[in-house]
Amino acid sequence: MNAVPLEPPRRLLSISVDGVEARVPEGATILDACRTQQVDTPTLCYADNLTPVNACRVCVVEVEGSRTLVPACSRQVEDGMVVATDTERVRRSRTLVMELLASSVEMNLASPDVHRWMADYEVRADRFGAPMPPLPAGARDAREPGHHHDPQDPTVAEGVAQPVKIDNELYVRDYSRCILCYKCVEACGVDAQNTFAIAVAGRGFDARISTEYSVGLDESACVYCGNCIGVCPTGALMFTSEHEMREAGTWDEQEQTVTNTICPYCGVGCELELHVQDNEIVKVTSPADHSVTNGHLCIKGRFGFAYVQARRDDDPTRRRKPTERGAS
Amino acid sequence: MDLKLMQADPTAVERSAVDEVLGPPDGAWDGAVERTALDHRVARGGHRARDDRHLLLPALHALQGAAGWISRGGLNYVCERLSVPPAEAYGVATFYAMFSVEERPPTVVHGCDDLACRLADADHGLERLASKDVTVVPSPCLGLCERAPALLIQRAGDQGDSSVAPVTADTLEDFMRDGVWAATDAGIESAPQAADGRAARNQLRLLRRLGIADPTSIDDYRAHGGYEALRLALEHGPEWTLREVTDAKLLGRGGAAFPTGVKWKAVAEQPAHPHYFVCNADESEPGTFKDRVVMEQDPFAVVEALTIAGLTTGCEQAYIYIRGEYPLATERLTNAIEEARRHGFLGDDVMGHGAPFDVEIRRGAGAYICGEETALFNSLEGKRGEPRNKPPFPVQRGLFGKPTGINNVETLINVLEVVREGAQAYAEIGTPGSTGPRLFCLSGDVERPGVYEHEHGVTLREVIDAAGGVRGGRPLKAVLLGGAAGGFVGPDKLDVRLTFEDARAGGYTLGSGVVMLFDEGADLTDACLRIARFFRDESCGQCVPCRVGTVRQEEALHRLVQGRTLGSRADEFALLDDVAQVMRDASICGLGQTAASAVQSAIASLGVFGGDAI
Ligand SMILES: Cc1cc2nc3c(=O)[nH]c(=O)nc-3n(C[C@H](O)[C@H](O)[C@H](O)COP(=O)(O)O)c2cc1C
Ligand code: SF4
Ligand code: SF4
Ligand code: FES
Ligand code: FES
Repeated sequence: MNAVPLEPPRRLLSISVDGVEARVPEGATILDACRTQQVDTPTLCYADNLTPVNACRVCVVEVEGSRTLVPACSRQVEDGMVVATDTERVRRSRTLVMELLASSVEMNLASPDVHRWMADYEVRADRFGAPMPPLPAGARDAREPGHHHDPQDPTVAEGVAQPVKIDNELYVRDYSRCILCYKCVEACGVDAQNTFAIAVAGRGFDARISTEYSVGLDESACVYCGNCIGVCPTGALMFTSEHEMREAGTWDEQEQTVTNTICPYCGVGCELELHVQDNEIVKVTSPADHSVTNGHLCIKGRFGFAYVQARRDDDPTRRRKPTERGAS
Repeated sequence: MDLKLMQADPTAVERSAVDEVLGPPDGAWDGAVERTALDHRVARGGHRARDDRHLLLPALHALQGAAGWISRGGLNYVCERLSVPPAEAYGVATFYAMFSVEERPPTVVHGCDDLACRLADADHGLERLASKDVTVVPSPCLGLCERAPALLIQRAGDQGDSSVAPVTADTLEDFMRDGVWAATDAGIESAPQAADGRAARNQLRLLRRLGIADPTSIDDYRAHGGYEALRLALEHGPEWTLREVTDAKLLGRGGAAFPTGVKWKAVAEQPAHPHYFVCNADESEPGTFKDRVVMEQDPFAVVEALTIAGLTTGCEQAYIYIRGEYPLATERLTNAIEEARRHGFLGDDVMGHGAPFDVEIRRGAGAYICGEETALFNSLEGKRGEPRNKPPFPVQRGLFGKPTGINNVETLINVLEVVREGAQAYAEIGTPGSTGPRLFCLSGDVERPGVYEHEHGVTLREVIDAAGGVRGGRPLKAVLLGGAAGGFVGPDKLDVRLTFEDARAGGYTLGSGVVMLFDEGADLTDACLRIARFFRDESCGQCVPCRVGTVRQEEALHRLVQGRTLGSRADEFALLDDVAQVMRDASICGLGQTAASAVQSAIASLGVFGGDAI
């Protein structure tokens, strides 16, 4: 007897990328097609383990018949699609997107990929002049939508520079580095954690990642799974250990080793990557392509290392009121 | 999902305002009231509560209206009832200009400082109003440009909101003395053709009933031809209506000029159900007020047309999403819907033909972007008004993820003419590529500002002449055509024909029918700076080209004005071009895609900012 296939095989669609024909399964995106062709495509808000929000627009390509450029990360391939990624028009938009970001956001801790793209596209962060000085703490959080805030000097490039938010012992939020890629919101929400402690608040350039009424994380619904840290592409969300070491000038990735292990706390089997410097675990990640975690962990895997090595006198994970999440 | 709430309780006033919208909580099953004994901050929401998410905006309006701001306790209660995480609800509340999450005085005066009101010399000293009971905030165009300068009063408590236009030093004095400001209804003065007497009136179609039929009376509406079109549509059935609308070649009047018949057919044919229809009444394009005048003076026509649209496309439920700053239009439409229900024109059995159909009004809350159709859907669903990426298109997946038809108010009322006159007769109006009549909004330095109805193919000069020409007979400097998302044209372009095809060929746009005049003395630099600020303030902030590009555009213009350029002036123009291109090419939606067009047109064709010197 013939076995009944559980899923019908997916139809193959043909697409031309920069003049080269390719065949990709139905449902694939232009980005998928570019990757099968080894066409390097910059992405900022896209991640394999999150739903595309297509907000940053750095991945845009030309699609024949389309008036505007099209985001490669989220547009599904249609049969016979003709895509160009190496045109002057595409380069100009990608360059400008990165220049606009770099002129308003501190990008120096962005991932190596991002730095490579910024170099490839010859991004000039200073094209719009010297940035405005940092705003006092809370100033951006208090902005009201639609009510214009006259800048101190309307000719100077407005930015998002502001003091780091430190309101708990496990991780810090440095929104001077936030490119508003929505990844942390997705990781906190439906894509992983289902906690919804943070959301985008405000509008336009004043849009920001925020808790309700911008209360501290300790007052918010945050459960310290740290999944937002795991997905943040620019270092805006950072382990306190890393933040403190960077402040002290002792953070040194060259000196760090990464050890893979399975989280000991429960039976799920999450894979951990322990980043170790000078015999101390300084941060914990999980591979985004790991079948169990998709890169996401819980508070124990993410921050329990302090418990393992008793790096501090007391265990920060034990300070939390146990009742807040019910039976967890 | 367990929901973690804040530790804050609503006041009795807030609670009852929310209950008024959501109904009283009916015990442990409703919303998020099943609390754990351990912790009163954890609540579990049922399916039903989550399905009610679309009531978030009405609930926030209720809080804002009752208390004058959205307090923690109030928001917490809404979150509990609707099972919405507080961070998300806060994100929604902080998206809209009419909501405040900071305590503020109970009366907020939104004083328009946009283009037409600047031309009207709005220097009447609004700031003098500020007191412990009154906050004054500047506002983008309030859609009252024909009576500029304008303001909107938003009041906590029972009084509700009201528009005031024109604002004069005298009306201001009265307000400061008596503390009241009567809402203004200009009636047909806002449509000067309708006030012109019989001769001119005979040529009117869309404005035919203005000033003749009582906008609050369904009987009067019917006495003047009302509900004839719906009767015809029901007698002939949806296929016939669809064919008529298609053959009439009716193009959308909301800006994109999409063929209405094609859109309706696509919705009607979608296998997924239910289907929804939406009337886009968010009119917020600076200089645009035609939809408001129609809704205020002929509200039944909007409801009737929407009924035809909905029944033709297989919908049982429609929404009118109306701009939050339109209190009178909202009141008139609400009354029209209630009357229509009472007389069997809405409800379980529309006009006795067995088909159910109903309409609900939803108020926006101060966000231009919510006029963009997919942002509007998100807003209606209780989310931030951020546009969605297309595809999928609304006809495939629109409101609540279902096939949705959406039309502008003016597009819809044209349907009544199509059905009444027949497709053939309708298609003979205007030009072959742009059929039918068209409303224009004349404002600025014009002799008789207001809404004017013309046939497509009329020239810009004819439109201006019909409104009495430039105010005081002064020389004309420029016309803003199509709104802030449109462009400036110089006095040498007055003979352009106003059709979709001419506009496309000539590189201009009719947009939402804005014709704003700037006379010799007007300051176009100032106008461009205001437009740049408008887009900066109204960008939803989702995508980089628009969120940052609109800011960089405004800064570059300020540098040009102040002579503090980075490099040469030519460098600044090159920078502006680059920013314009990335906004046009890579933005998600039409806001970013058009945010540079008016400024670019002013630089290129009128030499504003010294652009001609380069
Ligand atoms: C930023 C922006 C604002 C818009 N505002 C409105 C509006 O206020 N009213 C409207 O009818 N269409 C508006 N539109 C156009 C709508 O997206 C949509 O095209 C229209 O409602 C379709 O109706 P129509 O086919 O009848 O024109 C806007 C579009 C954009 C990009
Ligand atoms: S904090 Fe990081 S992950 Fe979150 S939006 Fe900003 S850049 Fe993206
Ligand atoms: S173009 Fe502007 S308004 Fe439209 S989605 Fe992008 S940021 Fe939002
Ligand atoms: S990576 Fe595609 S839009 Fe951000
Ligand atoms: S009402 Fe002030 S510009 Fe329109």
